[in-house]
Formats: sequence, structure tokens, C-alpha cells
Amino acid sequence: MTAPLPSPDQSDVLLQAVGIAKAFPGVKALDGVNITVRRGRLNALLGENGAGKSTMMNILAGVFPPDAGTVMMEGKPVSFKNTREAQAAGIAIIFQELNLIPELSIAENIFIGREPLNRFGLVDFARMNREAAALLKELELDADPRTLVSKLRVGAQQVVEIAKAMSFNSRVIIMDEPTSAITEHEIDVLFRLIKRLKQNGVGLIYITHKLDELPQIADDITVFRDGKFVGTKEFCEVSRDEMIRMMVGRELADLFPKTATTPGDEVLRVRNVSLQHAERVGDFAVKGVSFEVRRGEVLGIFGLMGAGRTELLQTIFGLYPKTSTGEIQVAGVPVKIHSPQDAIAAGLALAPEDRKADGVVLGLSIAHNTTLSCLPKIERMGLLQPQLERELVGNYVERLRVKTPSIHQTVVNLSGGNQQKVVLAKWLATKPKVLLLDEPTRGIDINAKKEIYTLIDELAQSGLAVVMVSSELPEILGIADRIMVLCEGRKTAEFSRAEATEEKVVKAALPVGVNN
Amino acid sequence: MTNNKYLEYLKRFQSVLALGLMVLALSLASDKFCTVDNGLNVLRQICANLCLSVGMTIIILSGGIDLSVGALLAFAGAVAAGLLKNGVAVPGTDLFIEFTTSGAILAGIFVGTVLGWFNGFVITRFKLPPFVATLGMLSIARGLTMLWTGGFPITRLGDSFGYMGSGHLFGIPMPVWISAALVAVFMLIMKRTRFGRQVYAVGGNERAATLSGLNVNRIKLLVYTLGGALCGVAGLLVTARLDSATPNAGLGYELDSIAAVVIGGTSLNGGRGTIMGTVLGCLIIGVLNNGLVLLEVSPFWQQVIKGLVILIAVAVDKMGAKKS
Repeated sequence: MTAPLPSPDQSDVLLQAVGIAKAFPGVKALDGVNITVRRGRLNALLGENGAGKSTMMNILAGVFPPDAGTVMMEGKPVSFKNTREAQAAGIAIIFQELNLIPELSIAENIFIGREPLNRFGLVDFARMNREAAALLKELELDADPRTLVSKLRVGAQQVVEIAKAMSFNSRVIIMDEPTSAITEHEIDVLFRLIKRLKQNGVGLIYITHKLDELPQIADDITVFRDGKFVGTKEFCEVSRDEMIRMMVGRELADLFPKTATTPGDEVLRVRNVSLQHAERVGDFAVKGVSFEVRRGEVLGIFGLMGAGRTELLQTIFGLYPKTSTGEIQVAGVPVKIHSPQDAIAAGLALAPEDRKADGVVLGLSIAHNTTLSCLPKIERMGLLQPQLERELVGNYVERLRVKTPSIHQTVVNLSGGNQQKVVLAKWLATKPKVLLLDEPTRGIDINAKKEIYTLIDELAQSGLAVVMVSSELPEILGIADRIMVLCEGRKTAEFSRAEATEEKVVKAALPVGVNN
Repeated sequence: MTNNKYLEYLKRFQSVLALGLMVLALSLASDKFCTVDNGLNVLRQICANLCLSVGMTIIILSGGIDLSVGALLAFAGAVAAGLLKNGVAVPGTDLFIEFTTSGAILAGIFVGTVLGWFNGFVITRFKLPPFVATLGMLSIARGLTMLWTGGFPITRLGDSFGYMGSGHLFGIPMPVWISAALVAVFMLIMKRTRFGRQVYAVGGNERAATLSGLNVNRIKLLVYTLGGALCGVAGLLVTARLDSATPNAGLGYELDSIAAVVIGGTSLNGGRGTIMGTVLGCLIIGVLNNGLVLLEVSPFWQQVIKGLVILIAVAVDKMGAKKS
């Protein structure tokens, strides 16, 4: 690990970190990793969850110091006591969760803590807004600098963060999964912006899970695995397979296990489901969607951000009884679903998209999370029976292969993949007929993804009907028997596994009038 | 690893440890402290707070707070005392109802329950933050108490009512039996019933609880109703002990009760904590009050010291949480 650089040329190196190590109680988060940022180039930092990407970023941002190793800015060793010092040295970070204050204006956010003052020592708003406007113009964000940040879309808020970074004259910008919460169009804008930043000589570190983004922006890639440095290469020299191999540490032979099944009887029939839009009056988030699922079948629902995928599942699950219409039949029987209780009673289960916020109770144990929706099953004479609970939970923990020393482990201590398994365990314990999965593999590492795919396949084989919403096309194509495509709340196409291709599905997902 | 386990062990029993150290120190400092009489005295003194704090614990576990407990205590006590002493005339008729002791007791608990239910109703139906809803109730119940009593204490309530506060059974004061029974019942409820589990889930993550099919509103309603019922019991204990229902009874008790819950390690964010912790919290506050009196510390300093103990307890708890 002594020569982390692919190129001997040192003149364009902006930031270089060598031999960085960092340990937290019980974990060695980083162990001798290197990363280099060059002028006008973007280095994509890749690795599975737990690879140490965030720790590295926090060290470069001055959030905490490394235990060992050196960070050099333009050849000079630096050590930051806090983020302010890192900012002053020209390193800016755009965190995944944006750090803007919603009830302040764009300009106030950009210049927070260093507002220009007039001669009376008061904030010189005119000058501040002027300077902010100039920055926004440079970044092609069409907004008044006096607009409150809360009024902006997430994509625009990200641009404000970038404007803030530029106002520090940052020469290195680090972005942590910036595209995870913004629309396709906003992603295009962001990528154009990255190109311009590069032209201006800014060096970037870009942390992402989405390898598909890299061809448009990456110049180099750096891969970490389990806190160790795997390698840095020029992007054009590596194939996608090679990148995955570097990340996973083994050949990814078969990510999508799929057993051919013959679907049985129809279990869920959804007719003409509509949901009013939460903000735009008279508009619909879901409009007239109908579909059915059979026993043993996996129905994939694909759509872009804002297509109404999540809303469709939530409507079926009874979360919007007052603003939705439509008919639902479970196993041939019409059911009225006005609440999640009704949905569960009808035999539905929903594993939500945001696992931590909606799926699990982080502070409770695996056991208590698992039995949350089926408490009557472990109850005798009004009292919960620990013995019955242990048996039931132990059963599912084993069947779903949850990795934990004990069923009494608090869920917050589990990895994302294992938390998702706990959510599945909770639902399987209710003996559902239909399993609705909303982005079941979001934010979990590639090995855990494979395990989830295997489980979905097993569950379908055992006779469950599965509806899976996903924004990852390979995933949908890999495990769905049938694919339904949504666009702007409407169903635009349906394909069988055999007829579906990446091209056809994406075409159906794009709004009419968008041709590129 | 062993070091971690050791820390975890320490953290788990930190309240017991703190209590033990306090008892030890006070036993050495005062020869009046470590006696059977004084021990029973401390227990009797904490009974009312214990009842309130058990209710406060389940409310805080569910992610809420109740500022009205002291006022509910006063109103419930006053209603029971007034009915017992004076009975009540049914408006518009010649009917006059007299109350037996048990009738008055039930009425007191009933009043607490209804006002507690009203707290829950306002919080779930109108989505008011519990802090605001129960702040309103604090004022309402205090005002109702003044109206009911006319601002004067209701005294001399008879021996059978007084037995509840001053009597003994097998040498142990009645209030101690009553609150111990309630503690036992609520420990069972929180540990071994569906409702108890659901309270933890609602407090830990309300959205996940909703999506898991829990009827969150009903659970919250029940939590505040039970809390109100416990305020009713506390009101009876205080009234019976003093043989008098004063309009200012329970003034500021909400703070002692929240303090006991917090010292007992329950998270103010909800979802984490135990009834047993709260019992220890009440004991710590009770022993502290008692010890400071025995050591003849000025009442002004007592308040300062109590405040410091709360801060230290929570700070230690936070440090422990960060380490694990």
C-alpha cells in the first residue's frame, strides 16, 4: 500500500490521504486506506456498506481525526480540529442529509456564520443577496436568493449546498450519495454542474452505490472493502464486472436467483385505485391503476421518482382512506381497507421503503419487533408468553437467516440487511397472503441484497404473492415474473418476464414528451 | 469486551448503586436514618409520588408527557372528600345523594380517570402536543378544584377514609401496600401484556407502529386514561393521610414525578425505560428528601441539591448511552 497513485505525476494532486486508520470501540473502521483527489478530476469512492467510506469522509471533513496516517493538501500535511478548519483549507462536504436550515433564505444559508456586515455591525443583506445571486447564476439555479430553503425541491437544495461550498473557494468537494433523493432531471443538472466544477479545476470525491452513474462523471475510481484499501484505477481502464469484484471480493456469478414457478390462483386484485395528490389540489398521485397478483408470483413495479410507486402500495395498505378510491379483492373476496389494521386482517403485509423511519422500532429487540403485528398469537389468558415468543421468533430468525447473537439484540445494532430481514420476519409472522415490498434492498450492501433476493424467491415458491416496487432496473428484471410500469401515477405498460427488456421498461417509465 | 460488559453491568444497575451509596452515606451521617421507623416513613412519603410516577412512566414511554398530574391529584382528592363529607344534591330535583367511604373512593378515582381520558382525547383527536394539552388541563383541574372547594380545605373525613392514609396492615402503612400493589400490576402490564408492548412500540417509533397495524390513538388514549386513574389514587392517598383535601394539594408534583421517571433511566423521547427504574427514582428522591431533613439542611439548599441530583442522574445516563 505504499504507492496508491496510478500516475507518477504529482503536480495536479490537490488532496492526498495516505495510510489512514481509524478505530471505534469494537470496530476497525479504516485500516491503512489511501485516496487522492486531482485537480479537475472526479474520484468515485466505491464500496459496500461498512467499507469505511463515510468514516473517510468524516476524517477529511475534520469531523474527527484519524488514529494514524497523513492528510496532505497540495503537498502540505494538514490536520483539522473541526469542520470549520477543513472548510478554511478548501475542503467542502455535501452530506447525504443536507445541512441547510429550512427556515432561512438561500443567501442566509450560504453565508451562515460569516455574513457580510455593514459599518454598523449589522448584516449587509443587500451585499449578501447580491453575492448569493452571483453564485446561483454561475450554477444556473433560477431562484431568488431571498427564497426560503424550505420552499426548494431537494435537487435545488443540493445546488445551494454546492453554492455554499463554492463560496468558501473550495478546491475539493466531497459528495456523499448526492443522487439518492433527487429526480432524474435534477440528476442531469447535477452532472452538468459537476462537469463545470471540474473545468474550473475543482477536484471531487463522489461516494455512490450506483455504478450506472459513473460513465457520465467519473475519471478515477477508488474502492474500499471492510475498511481496507483495495485500489485506485482510472475509470476507463476498469470494466463494471471488475469494479464489482473489487467491491465484493469475489466473482458475482448469480446475483438474482430465480426459480421458475407456475403462478397459482389469483390472490390480490386491485381495480381502479386512485389517490389524490397531497399538495396539488385536483391532481392525482395515483390514477386508475389496476393489477392482479397470483400465488407464487413476483410482480415488479417500476417507475421513476414521483411515479406514484410508494403511494400505490400505501394506498392499498390503507394509509390514505380519506383521499383514495378503488376496489380491492383478496382471494376473490372484496375487502374494505381503511387502515393498516384492515389490510393486515385481509392478509396484506407492507415492508416500507424507509426501513429505519417506518419499518422497525430501532430501540426494541429483534423479538419485540418480530411479534409486534401478531401479539395475540403469543398471548394466553391475556398475558404474553415468553416461551411462545422465543419459539416463534427463533423460527423466523433461523428461516430468514438473521445474523445475530441473540433474539434479544436491539435492532439498532443490526446491519441494514438484517434489519430488513426483521421487517420481513414481522410480516411473515402474520401469515400474509400478499407481501408488498417497497424498495426492499435500498441502502443495503451487495451480499445482503443477494440474500434478500434469495428470500423473495423462496417466499414466492412457498406460495406467497409478492409485489415488489423498485427503482433499480436490474433488480426488477432479475426477480420479477411480471413487470408493471408506472409513470406519473398511471399504469403505462405491463410486460411478462420474457418480453421485458431494459429499453422497453425505461421507455414506458418516461413521461410523454421526454425523448432523451 | 470484558470492559464493555463491565460498563454495561454498571449502567444497568447505576440507580441501585446510587441508591445504595446514598443509604450508606446517610446511615453513617445520621443515627436516625437507618431505623425501621424511618424506613417506613420514607416509603410512606413517596407513595403519592410513586402512583403519579408509574402513570407518568407509561405516558413518557408512549412518547408523551403529562403536566397535569398534580392538579388531577388535587381535584380527585377534593371530589372524594367533598362527596364523603357533604354528599351532593342532584340539580333540578329534591334528590340528595350521600356517599359511603368506598363510594367516595370510587368517585375520586373516576374523576381522575375521566380527566386523564380527556387529556388523551385532546391529544389524539386534535393532535395537540401532549405538553400543551396537559398544560391546559393543569389549569383546568386546578380551577375546578378551587370551584369545588371554594378555596377552603375539606377536613375531618372519618376514620374509615383515614385508614387508607394512616392505617397499618401487618405493621406496614396502608399507602405502601396500595402503591406496591399498583407497581406490581403495572410492571406486569408493561412486561407481559399486548398493551404494554404496544406502548413501547408507539413511543419508540410511532410511524412504524402505525404501519405495523397498531391502533396508535387507542393506545395513547388508554395510556393517558390510566395515568389519570393513578392520579386519582394518589389524590386519595394524600387526602386520607392528611385527613384533609386542600385546594393546593399536589402543587408542583408533576416535576417530582417527571424527575423520578428520568432518574429511573426512562428516556424522555419515549420507548425506553421501566417501571422498576421509576420505583428506584422515587426511592432516590424520597431518601434524599428524608436524609436532608435529618441532616438539618436548610429547605432552600434541599431544592438546590435535588436539582443537581436530577442533572447528574441524566448526565450519567447520557454518558452511558453514548458508550454503548
